[in-house]
Amino acid sequence: MTFSPELEAKFEKLLKSYPPGRQRSAVVPMLLYAQDELGSVTGELVEEVARRTGITPLEVNEVVSYYSMLSRQPRGKYHIQICTNISCLLTGGEELWEHACRKLGIGNKEVTPDGQFSLEEVECIGACSWAPALQVNYEFHHHMTPEKLDRLIDNLRKAV
Amino acid sequence: MLYNEPSPLEVKVLTRRFGLPNSQSLDTYLASDGYKAFRKAVEMGPEKVLEELKVSNLRGRGGAGFPTGMKWGFVPRNSPKPKYVVVNADEGEPGTCKDRLLMENDPHQLLEGMLIAGFVVDAHVGYIYVRGEYRYVIEILDRAIAEAYERGYLGKNILGTGFDFDVYTHTGAGSYECGEESALLESLEGKRGVPRIRPPFPAVAGLYQCPTVLNNVESFSAVPAIIRDGGAAFAALGTPKNGGTRLFCISGHVNKPGVYELPMGFNLLRMINEVAGGVRGGKKLKAVIPGGSSCPVLKAEECDISMDFDSLAKAKSMLGSGGVIVMDEDTCMVKAALRIMRFYQHESCGWCIPCREGTLWLRKLLARVHEGGGTQSDVPLIGELAKNMLGRTFCPLGDAAAMPTIAFVEKFREEFEAHLNGAPCPFESKPVSA
Amino acid sequence: MANVKLTIDGKTVEAPANTLLIEAARRAGIEIPAFCYYEGLALQAACRMCLVEVEKAPKLMTACTLPVAEGMVVRTNTPQVAQARKSMLEFVLTNHPLDCPVCDKGGECELQDMVFRYGAGESRFLEVKQHVDEREWSPVVFYDRPRCILCFRCVRICAEGMGVAALGVVNRGASSEIAPNRGDHLECDECGMCIDICPVGALTSGTYRYRTRPWEMQHVGTICTHCADGCKTTLGIRNNRIHRGNNRDRSGVNGEFLCIKGRYAGDFAHHEERLLTPLVRSQDGFKPVSWAEAIKTVAGRFAEIRQRGGKFGVIGSNHTTNEENYYLQKLARTGLGTNNIDHHRTGDVLSLLRARVPLATTADLYHSKAVLIVGVDLAQQHSFLAYQIRANWRHHQARVYTVRRGPVREDKIAARIVSVEPGGELAGVETLRDDLAKEPELVILFGDAIQGEAVARLTEFGSSLGIPVKYVCLVDYSNSRGAVEMGVLPAEGGMTLPEMMAAGDLDALWVVGANPLRRHALAGKPFLVVQDLFLTETAQAADVVLPAASAYEKSGTVTNVCGEVQRLQKAFETPGTKTDLEIFGLIAREMGLDLKQLGPWTPSAVFAEIARTVPGYDLPVEVLEAGGAVQAGPSDGLPDAVWAPVQSAGDTLFTSGTLGRYSKMLNAVREAPGELYRA
Repeated sequence: MTFSPELEAKFEKLLKSYPPGRQRSAVVPMLLYAQDELGSVTGELVEEVARRTGITPLEVNEVVSYYSMLSRQPRGKYHIQICTNISCLLTGGEELWEHACRKLGIGNKEVTPDGQFSLEEVECIGACSWAPALQVNYEFHHHMTPEKLDRLIDNLRKAV
Repeated sequence: MLYNEPSPLEVKVLTRRFGLPNSQSLDTYLASDGYKAFRKAVEMGPEKVLEELKVSNLRGRGGAGFPTGMKWGFVPRNSPKPKYVVVNADEGEPGTCKDRLLMENDPHQLLEGMLIAGFVVDAHVGYIYVRGEYRYVIEILDRAIAEAYERGYLGKNILGTGFDFDVYTHTGAGSYECGEESALLESLEGKRGVPRIRPPFPAVAGLYQCPTVLNNVESFSAVPAIIRDGGAAFAALGTPKNGGTRLFCISGHVNKPGVYELPMGFNLLRMINEVAGGVRGGKKLKAVIPGGSSCPVLKAEECDISMDFDSLAKAKSMLGSGGVIVMDEDTCMVKAALRIMRFYQHESCGWCIPCREGTLWLRKLLARVHEGGGTQSDVPLIGELAKNMLGRTFCPLGDAAAMPTIAFVEKFREEFEAHLNGAPCPFESKPVSA
Repeated sequence: MANVKLTIDGKTVEAPANTLLIEAARRAGIEIPAFCYYEGLALQAACRMCLVEVEKAPKLMTACTLPVAEGMVVRTNTPQVAQARKSMLEFVLTNHPLDCPVCDKGGECELQDMVFRYGAGESRFLEVKQHVDEREWSPVVFYDRPRCILCFRCVRICAEGMGVAALGVVNRGASSEIAPNRGDHLECDECGMCIDICPVGALTSGTYRYRTRPWEMQHVGTICTHCADGCKTTLGIRNNRIHRGNNRDRSGVNGEFLCIKGRYAGDFAHHEERLLTPLVRSQDGFKPVSWAEAIKTVAGRFAEIRQRGGKFGVIGSNHTTNEENYYLQKLARTGLGTNNIDHHRTGDVLSLLRARVPLATTADLYHSKAVLIVGVDLAQQHSFLAYQIRANWRHHQARVYTVRRGPVREDKIAARIVSVEPGGELAGVETLRDDLAKEPELVILFGDAIQGEAVARLTEFGSSLGIPVKYVCLVDYSNSRGAVEMGVLPAEGGMTLPEMMAAGDLDALWVVGANPLRRHALAGKPFLVVQDLFLTETAQAADVVLPAASAYEKSGTVTNVCGEVQRLQKAFETPGTKTDLEIFGLIAREMGLDLKQLGPWTPSAVFAEIARTVPGYDLPVEVLEAGGAVQAGPSDGLPDAVWAPVQSAGDTLFTSGTLGRYSKMLNAVREAPGELYRA
């Protein structure tokens, strides 16, 4: 399986970050970085990561299915993750979530038909003092309101 | 970058460089006493450094509050095995967002803390396990690490001391449980984030079964200041047995939510009213979760309390990870309990029966009660089920789910009862947020 | 390790330091319940059933992870402990379907038993249970997630016990489940260890599921008739049918171990092609005849050939009992007057016996500090022996050495691996001399790569190490070893099997439980009598075919690869068949032979004669009758027997000579026939 030169370089660095014989340590980072490039954790990726780290595909699958950021299902180009945990809940996170569902016409872990947006209701993302918060891919957006969310989505649409 | 205005009441020790131009850069760090503590530690020798840490009364900032000096002292320095330094930057306790700031604004302070730890226990490799959502933080750390290597603050023979140390960042991928130290080590080894049977503890058998110093970002970040200015000075900032300052993350219904560095033992009511600008909209304070979602809720009348490990333990709650979640009079406590349980159910690793099944049952039960589908016997059942988990699960996640639940039912029983037999949620008519 | 004294429920208990509390309590007769704790497997502390009160501990402790210590005070019978157990069971039952009436495990389910003893009488769970559909992972293994209590026994027995690691855990929290290694299916040994170790009905077998209730069966412990390892299998019998095989009572040398053959390959006995009536060749092919007529035909021809001084050949079996083998060779030698008797030799036992060196037992494989495996894929061909060695490595850190042609599973646990070309085995062993000489003791296992002169050279090598060395000569079928020791071998100028097949001048060839035409052409046109279960290649060429009973349908003894003698127990009958021993007796009587001299054809009478006359077989009958195994004593090396080259049948985990062809389960799994597949 071939990846971009950047990702290959990243893998090489990762596999060197752990002591000899401990390359299994790179499994989670490899999967996440590869997912960023491929859009999801494919079966082929599982086999490839297993091969490169010297473990079985089953062992990789055990890991993939455990971590909530790893997904076997393809996501949108913009994966919008809205926190509704306690601090965000207290400051309107739930309304924000419902607004996003209505705005995009999709539900949790669903993708818009054009493949541009996906939505996920997530647990605490570490932005409690600046709630409610969300992430688009890895980018934080603090102090969100339904209006700010509208503008954010509209701008992303334009960028598409 | 800062996301809220600082407060004049803050005592800036760990956050002293926050807001400086280029605070992430090595030059800024060096201009402000950077890496002096490491040089001093090398001069002092490991024993004296440990002594200084003990004097500082620094207690683990991850949540459990275990004395850091003692923890480092457990590492068998002379073990023939390699030793490791691991930073728990898997900040995930709801209500907590401080480690992110420490890494984002002052990465070298963390690196220096790791260096000192490595020197003390004779470790030569360190890993910073950062939650996957903090990708930009990892990028900042990687840049800081690269800069440190370039300028000889990492790598071989650091600053001519003969001490070698390598640091790597490692991304998580979405699991609260990996904040539990043995689960974090499993995850760092490329496995599912399921905790280990303890003992042995990481100090003896940690990463790759080797002796490991494992602390929270804030704990490591406090070390340079302690070594530089002395343990006694740090201890004096706080209360007896609770040395130094703490980054409190104030969230919820306050006018000025934010992360503030305050001395240990700062009064909670003052924190809400004077630091965070009081309850917003002029509403009345109903309750506060003082240290992140796993800490039992305090009723408004319990909030005149010193924010230190011991005072909160006395009040049957915990200081936890410093997440102060403020709830006003319009907050539905059943809904709060449900949302918190939903979180623990989502994050339960599934290893042990009481946590795996207990959190799911409680989530379903609390949801039913919140929707009005409960009957009188459901209210005591919530508490009983939580107590059946308490102290009996494989790791502290079960307790973290049970403790707040027990407190919610015991302290706000009448609110649960107001939801029974088809009654609509008394708070649904009012918007949850102001 | 020094003993410590502790108090459990007021009783003073002594146990070696570091013993786990749960074990110390069990040995003192105090049961601490557990699902996930399983002796010999990695600790989990997952089920939380074993929580007990320990003085000075702030909370309840798991007895499965707590080592005993001097002065420890433990209470397992307090209201707090009882309440904790009750609450764990209440939790585990929330998502466990109460489908006990239709669950295979009903009646022998550990969860049922636990709830009966420690659980609540009623449920407080009013929410909707989680449901996931049942999945078929292989023809052998089915998984029902809702019933699974996630004790992870299956995962551990597969990884630790079998060295296969075909099962894992996926998802998390309440969605966690066991997963097979190929996404939606399994590729593994299909041994069923995971099924039998499952405390509930989460893992069920394709053979047994939804067929019968445990209490409707008779449970008969007998010896597996497939390979030579001699595993005890407890057959569940109802209406003359085998419904399952297991060894949950750990009664045999194999403990709870069984491979796919011992658990599921008993189905050959019920194959529709099973011979149920004697056949005599007529002009239009085979004609079914009565037993009386068939015996008369055979005895008549045998008597006539004997009378005119004709030439007999007798080929015995690797599957028949010691009693049958003994009786057959005696009948051949004294009744037919021939020394032309042999069997398919799969390992050079004869040369090893002649070397007069100590022989290892199956238990030695678990205890020896070091093991050397020469020229064989043990996990494939002697699954139980491999299991013993793997357990030895896990529990006692035994050092394992492999000398082999290609990768084998034992490489994973090997201290040293030596790769050799065919024929290079002895030279390969020699390269290990320095390492082996440093071991305190050694067991050497060898396959057909070492035979004849090479056996002597191997034992000379062993003797030169200066340490105690024991040997195992690997043979293929359930009683190959017994066939040698009972004298199913040519002596004093008798013909070997290949010689008989090639002779061309035999007047009669009597083939018992063997299929020589599979490997050899038959020269000439002898009167061919075949006793077998199926119309094999050899049987198809026969003049008379006599339908024989299988090992599961007879009594007697067999001797395993390590020389351990064990008793078969007749589990059921297949009407129309007769045991080989009875057939011998009927033929002898019909021929008018001296029955006094031949002796009665009952297993016990023949065994009594074996005990008197076969060196090393004067074994304690009471131990055998109680289901025990006794290693036959030193033999005299059968000085008269004619040596001949040996050849392993090369069976895999999923083949078993001719028998295996008639096991539907063995042929149904996707791994079959198993090109020595590697897990």
